[in-house]
Amino acid sequence: MQLALFLVFALVAVAGGVNLLLQRHPIYSALSLVTVMGALAVEYLLLGAEFIAFIQIIVYAGAIMVLFVFVIMVLNAGEVAAPPKSRVAAFLGLPLLTALALLLLTQFTGSIGGAGLALGDPRVGPAEVGDALFHRYLLPFEVTSVLFLVGILGAVVLAARPHRPRPAAGQAPEALAENPAAAAARR
Amino acid sequence: MVAYLLITLVKCLVVLLILLTAVAYIQLAERKIVGRMQSRVGPTRVGPFGLLQPAADAIKFILKEDVTPDGAHKFLYVLAPMLAVVLALLSITVIPVGPIVHLFGITTALQITDINVGLLFILGVTSLGVYGVVLAGWSSNSKYSLLGSLRGGSQMISYELALGLALVGPVMLAGTLSLRGIVEAQAHLHWFIVPQIVAFAVYLTAAFAETNRVPFDLPDAEGELGAGYHTEYSAMKFAMFFLAEYVNMITVSCVATLVFFGGWMGPLFGPALLRALLPVLYFVAKVCCFLFLYIWVRGTLPRFRYDQLMGFGWKVMIPLALANVMVTGLVVALH
Repeated sequence: MQLALFLVFALVAVAGGVNLLLQRHPIYSALSLVTVMGALAVEYLLLGAEFIAFIQIIVYAGAIMVLFVFVIMVLNAGEVAAPPKSRVAAFLGLPLLTALALLLLTQFTGSIGGAGLALGDPRVGPAEVGDALFHRYLLPFEVTSVLFLVGILGAVVLAARPHRPRPAAGQAPEALAENPAAAAARR
Repeated sequence: MVAYLLITLVKCLVVLLILLTAVAYIQLAERKIVGRMQSRVGPTRVGPFGLLQPAADAIKFILKEDVTPDGAHKFLYVLAPMLAVVLALLSITVIPVGPIVHLFGITTALQITDINVGLLFILGVTSLGVYGVVLAGWSSNSKYSLLGSLRGGSQMISYELALGLALVGPVMLAGTLSLRGIVEAQAHLHWFIVPQIVAFAVYLTAAFAETNRVPFDLPDAEGELGAGYHTEYSAMKFAMFFLAEYVNMITVSCVATLVFFGGWMGPLFGPALLRALLPVLYFVAKVCCFLFLYIWVRGTLPRFRYDQLMGFGWKVMIPLALANVMVTGLVVALH
């Protein structure tokens, strides 16, 4: 039963990935990626990682990909013409792909077998994940959060408009309020 | 295994049946109550007191012409309402309506499935609900739909954060993400509404925004956008969005009841049969109070302006929810 589910959703994930590349329209590509993420979440569930599975859905499918779709809609991006066919890719593509797949296959089957992970293993709940994050991986976790903060600040600075003379009265009061990021950008 | 599948199937059918009937009559109740608030009587013609109005509406939905606008992205245009309805129905599967019961020699929980991370499941499914709105507006090839879906999408993404953060406080107090566990942590009237009043206020406001209801109904603001993201939809496709909206209303009311108002907990008395029925009745009564609140607010409040909506979401709701998480965390850690 679990193996059957695993195979079905593995196929869905691969099909979604292939479809992502084949589609001409960015929206359909983005939606294929959502499908891949959903299928991956199911695979996590089958491995007993409920917490990771739903975080995958909430963060990737629910937040990041929504933003992708949003940007595509706002830019009103249309169909994209097929990129020019590269001769190098035509000759080397398939052999390289096969080599990579073989490499991954040999490496990962070994390591997964070694770690003793299997379908239907005991569940890894939020408590175990939290314990690992805040004890064993506390420093990397905190460093990553600082990295995110820097990213957010950078985005705000980039997005803030350059200083212009104060607009005339009638503007919404929120827009006039001094905003630290805008002030930083002005300096 | 077969017995388990069978029980689950029966539960699904029962829940679906109850849910569809509930949606039909909530909608009737809404028209009646809002009518009363505006000194009208609401629908009265079909059946006694207008009680058959939902049936008449359903027949009308089925018989209407199903229009697809010119230049629509056909596949997504059809997919969007389905997505909305499926996701709305999916989140109801983890809602427990009562304690574990023993019926005809079977011991089963009064919920379709009990998963350890039920609350996360609901948040995940709600976060996917944005796709229904966004794809509907974009695929219809209409400026009103597109504007409505852009508003709807950004509103739902913004308020989702506050919604999730507001639920963190009660989860910390209960020490579990399972909805059944959260309710059981509130036994003996220790409802989380008392220590988590701030979280409740944030949750309730964000829930109104998530379901695109007044005063956060900018995505389908009739006065300016036609009908927002579902302007171009007719017949059953429109009915699906309608259904999804009301099912979402029921879901967020259920979550509010479970997380803040002790779910099915309440004083038990009387003979055995009454004792068995009371928890479910308590649960339904509490959910109905929330649904009435929804209708009441719709009859009372005006709509937000878009910049007010965004400013309120990011500058008031999220800081409040974060402060609540910090204070609750400190208190839990010190105990």
